[in-house]
Amino acid sequence: MNNLTNDLQAQILAAYKNKTHCRIEGGNSKAFIGNAPPDSQASINISTAEHTGIISYDASELVITARSGTTLHEIKQALAENNQSLPFEPPSFADSATIGGTIACNLSGPARAYSGAARDFVLGSRIINGKGDDMQFGGQVMKNVAGYDASRLMAGAYGTLGLILEVSLKVLPLAQTEITIKSQQHINSAIKNINALSAQNWPISASVYLDGHLYIRLNSSEMNCLSASQAISQKINATEIADSKAFWTSITEQQHAFFDTSQSIARLSLPATAEDIEPGGEQLIEWGGALRWLKTDLPIQQLRDTARTLGGHVTAYKNYPQATEYFQPLAPGMHSLHQRLNKAFDPAGILNPGRLYKEL
Amino acid sequence: MQIDTIKQTILPALMQILPADAILSEQEDLHPYECDGLSAYRQTPLLVVLPSSIEQIQQIMKLCHQHQVAVIARGAGTGLSGGALPMADSVLLSLAKFKQILDIDPLARTANVQPGVRNLAISEAAKPHGLYYAPDPSSQIACTIGGNVAENSGGVHCLKYGLTVHNILKLDIVTVEGERLTIGSEALDSPGYDLLALMTGSEGMLGIIVDITVKLLPMPEQAKVIMASFDDIYKAGNAVANIISAGIIPAGLEMMDKLAIKAAEDFIHADYPLDAEAILLCELDGNTIEVDELIPLAEKVLLESGASETRLAKDDTERAKFWQGRKSAFPAVGRMAPDYYCMDGTIPRRELANILKRIADLSKEYELPVANVFHAGDGNMHPLILYDANIEGELERTEEFGAKILEACVAAGGTITGEHGVGIEKIDQMCVQFKTAELSQFHAIKAAFDPAGLLNPGKAVPTLHRCAELGAMHVHEGKLPHPELPRF
Repeated sequence: MNNLTNDLQAQILAAYKNKTHCRIEGGNSKAFIGNAPPDSQASINISTAEHTGIISYDASELVITARSGTTLHEIKQALAENNQSLPFEPPSFADSATIGGTIACNLSGPARAYSGAARDFVLGSRIINGKGDDMQFGGQVMKNVAGYDASRLMAGAYGTLGLILEVSLKVLPLAQTEITIKSQQHINSAIKNINALSAQNWPISASVYLDGHLYIRLNSSEMNCLSASQAISQKINATEIADSKAFWTSITEQQHAFFDTSQSIARLSLPATAEDIEPGGEQLIEWGGALRWLKTDLPIQQLRDTARTLGGHVTAYKNYPQATEYFQPLAPGMHSLHQRLNKAFDPAGILNPGRLYKEL
Repeated sequence: MQIDTIKQTILPALMQILPADAILSEQEDLHPYECDGLSAYRQTPLLVVLPSSIEQIQQIMKLCHQHQVAVIARGAGTGLSGGALPMADSVLLSLAKFKQILDIDPLARTANVQPGVRNLAISEAAKPHGLYYAPDPSSQIACTIGGNVAENSGGVHCLKYGLTVHNILKLDIVTVEGERLTIGSEALDSPGYDLLALMTGSEGMLGIIVDITVKLLPMPEQAKVIMASFDDIYKAGNAVANIISAGIIPAGLEMMDKLAIKAAEDFIHADYPLDAEAILLCELDGNTIEVDELIPLAEKVLLESGASETRLAKDDTERAKFWQGRKSAFPAVGRMAPDYYCMDGTIPRRELANILKRIADLSKEYELPVANVFHAGDGNMHPLILYDANIEGELERTEEFGAKILEACVAAGGTITGEHGVGIEKIDQMCVQFKTAELSQFHAIKAAFDPAGLLNPGKAVPTLHRCAELGAMHVHEGKLPHPELPRF
């Protein structure tokens, strides 16, 4: 437990006064996400890593509030002791990963398509904006419509709208049992099958398509899982895999061999039911078809054009030195709205400038 | 500019954009639009426009922007916080003609709809595919999805299924300048800021919502409801915490106090126990196995928490009857007094006993009875204050009483509004919930979308000046709010 609120505020106030660019950092586990900082610009590092501690956690309220530097590990452990978890199943990528970084990047794991994203579980956040104002938005209650939803806005803003001091998240009970089944499928039937199954009352909590196989995870009571596993296995000719937990950890944490490559990895976010785009490279498909990791030599621009036509977007996730923007550029009207909104929080443009978009 | 001058300027220009029957300008035609569900506040708008295409909305916005005329969007007008209250010099933009369900994709589980589509109509259209739209505000037969997005509407199933913000994928908006923007997508995330979150619940202050894609969920295979009676309302409160601690997330978990039970029973004859101090309705849904497993567990927890009786609705008819009592609680209470005032504070559930005691004390102090209905699962309370607007000063007394309840909710770590919105009704309590820096941040957000403040002016976020003027009313623990503002 360590409260650095005053320190962090003083650092941002000073930076605002001197127009110094700040690189906000938590556990430094996700530095590879977003545009690389420009080399030329002098900037300071502001670290939340020592701003730590679970401030409140009452299991019967389903809410945990923690300082941004609290490690994801500590939070997951505290929840597990009460048979609860973060329903969006965030990846850590490293032991140092913090809850602040997780929310700033809006990172969610395999459960995302079935339980919701990090942003869906944000109930409140306390932030320091680019002027050094210490502000609280949202709160610790499930329903709250007072004022604009500035707390949820922090999710996926990559620190460009404010430094997250504290965050309150909704948590949920852990399921009793987990079973994963696996079935050999053609890619387009896999996409169709998983979506059709998701339109029924099965306790599906994750899916992956990999190496010609569809993997489906079930989470519920033992009886419910067994019954669903049997019924679905019959429908799509599936069999249970041995070590479900280890398999899903390898997907969540991207430790699976698929991700161990020097090739470019593109992250395609598409409408779940979109058919295979036949990119010619190896794919790993999550979220019932809505998230597609692609090892490819295709130019990022070509992928982005394809994704846009389908109603999605592409992130130059890894090994893309040639991409000018890490995230898919916005339509002109949206881009200027983003610039105005960014200025509303950070008028001097000092918070993680360029990380989300070069001109933001 | 004088009101007549504004009218003379923009009326002819509007007639170039819209057919004659899509513009209302005569007093008698404007009357139906003078209030929304918060009928204590009324104002006739300058004009009402009823466009039928997005292009028309864009042209209307361009025109009003050019002449700096304020625009207030309106769906079905069922809102309870005066969010669609007109202004004398503003154009009221009705989305009533946008009633089409454009597409339902059963495999993707999405529906693309126009903003004027009624909430319940989406679920009705999705039903043949075994799907439904989860958020179910009590006004769902009448309220529109556009209004739901603008207010981030909830309902009785929020704890398990979330609010509007959790159940929409994509919006098209028309900006104050008349530009059409797409926010979100049919994928599960979009690049850039989460403007979908910002737009949801923004009460018509940031843009006009013209097209919506919502998520659909599989209809639960089974739903069962238990009614538990308690001889002490605090035991009922503890039972709620115990249910959740047992790892059960009910689809709905509703509480009513003695006065609300009596009102509902007199009105609906739902077979509620009239001797109980409180009842809980605990609904579990999902697939058959899941529900059959959880029902006995929930009953056990309720009895161990001190319920004097639990009753499982024996079939769907009885289940509907149990719910009908709860869903009719507002009109039922409405039969007990000429008027009632519905509050919407939300608190952490552990504070329930303290807040109920505070409400009971205030009820004595103001000599106004209160019936409590409560979305207990997510801490959202709806105390209904009974009053008579014909008695001079009673409305003012009621509003003051209501304001004190909301302030108590904030002090307990909660919020002034869980699902009804701020609108005009709770604008002063925003000064209690938020500090100057936060209110200034809200104004800066607004200015990023609408620099001239032409969209729904005067709602949702109070000016700092207004809060400073109110300061004297809200001295908390001897501390004046906003001490940093100059006072003269």
